[in-house]
Amino acid sequence: MTDRTYGTRLPRMPEETLVGKLIVVEGADGSGRTTEVNLLREWLEVEGHAVVDTGLRRSDLVSDEIDRAKQGHTLAPTTMALLYAADFADQLENKIIPALAAGSTVLADRYIYTLMARAIVRGASREYARHLYGFAVRPDLIVFLDARPEILLHRSIGKYGSLDYWESGMDLCLSRDLFESFFLYQELLSKEFAWMATDYGFHYVDANRMPEQVHADFQRLVAPLYGARSVAPRRPSRGRPRSVSRVPRRAASA
Amino acid sequence: MPETPSPNHGFPGRLLVFEGLDGSGKSTQAALLGKWLQSKGYRVFFTEWNSSELVSSTIRRGKKKGLLTPTTFSLLHAVDFADRFERKILPPLRAGYLVVCDRYAYTAFVRDAARGCDPAWVRTIYSFAPRPDRVFYFRVPVAVTLRRKLASRLKMNYYEAGMDLGLSDDLVESYTRFQGRLKHEYDRLSKFDDFRIIDATRSVEAIQAQLRADLKPMLTKFPTGVRLTHDG
Repeated sequence: MTDRTYGTRLPRMPEETLVGKLIVVEGADGSGRTTEVNLLREWLEVEGHAVVDTGLRRSDLVSDEIDRAKQGHTLAPTTMALLYAADFADQLENKIIPALAAGSTVLADRYIYTLMARAIVRGASREYARHLYGFAVRPDLIVFLDARPEILLHRSIGKYGSLDYWESGMDLCLSRDLFESFFLYQELLSKEFAWMATDYGFHYVDANRMPEQVHADFQRLVAPLYGARSVAPRRPSRGRPRSVSRVPRRAASA
Repeated sequence: MPETPSPNHGFPGRLLVFEGLDGSGKSTQAALLGKWLQSKGYRVFFTEWNSSELVSSTIRRGKKKGLLTPTTFSLLHAVDFADRFERKILPPLRAGYLVVCDRYAYTAFVRDAARGCDPAWVRTIYSFAPRPDRVFYFRVPVAVTLRRKLASRLKMNYYEAGMDLGLSDDLVESYTRFQGRLKHEYDRLSKFDDFRIIDATRSVEAIQAQLRADLKPMLTKFPTGVRLTHDG
């Protein structure tokens, strides 16, 4: 059974169909992912759907090793990519798949795409990353929160009081200057997200706006998954937002 | 996605790999061969499977608690191997050593396939590991390894017996069936990856003589150098 995954059979896939919906929210740190996931969760629950949320690196299997490895900064790119994949697999099999099989909606605050992009900018090939995560369950919807680097910068400073070492890609030695490294790193990542957007079918949402405006776009994207009749957006929509389902120009050129 | 062998390494060293079931005698033979190569003045580096510190505690903990699925089992061992490859195998290979590996990626290929992982996927995640210059496959009937195992009174461990697969509630029965799967997979790979098949039911001396004879042509062109250390 490879139709529910990206091509690689998962040895312990349950027999029953995964009736729940898998909704993935991707985007850089500071793009408003967590805020949107919370709003979406609240809305879905009010509509009567059971929601389980999940993020990256929250399983207890290898998170200690990942933390230790990060402190030491000593692992080769392939080793690190495999370690993250092990952590993801643990969550996929022990949390995401059981929840989907039980009919819950799984809201994933980032998924394999972030892991792939991080691995690739650190030296893994696109082919390697793609095959490595071939066992991942295909989401029903992937929303990419697209925010300008300047917006990310301000939100990041607002949140941490500074820039995060890893979110600035300082381990890549792009620049000794944190500020400059941040922009270079985000640029590299968005280049990877751009080809994935096409290959994996991302829905880009303009995240340079207020959370409520972004949430309205989310509602319009999510409602059809449950049959539009059962879930009607609260606010009357003013036509399709221009930003939805559109891959930005830089994606096309990549 | 087809199952494809990894490319050759192109480094000045040589990569010599010993594979086979537990109890097939490969570790004894690898150690003897290492001794001989060193006595001939070659720079030899010896390394074993599963000796990296990085995730061994996680693997142990995960195994103990029964937390591992075939996929996480496979990925964690890949992490371990990747780390070890990067630190222990690649540097001496690039520096021109004869690197003797007691088990290599093939051990993962057969174990993971026996646990139901997609063989092509497993190949891909190990694609960083180049094709060795020689793979000696110690071929032996499962019944022989079982006899050796029981005679030595070594404890049979849960995963080695494939107990996580629920093949049988009986440890020995499960061991036999699981090791049978591994052997089947090794046999399949032996053609695909061009293994040198060693009949491991023969005497230690006869096998060692065969290994030495087999390597002679490769070694005539290989430079000798300072005597060297081994991986602890």
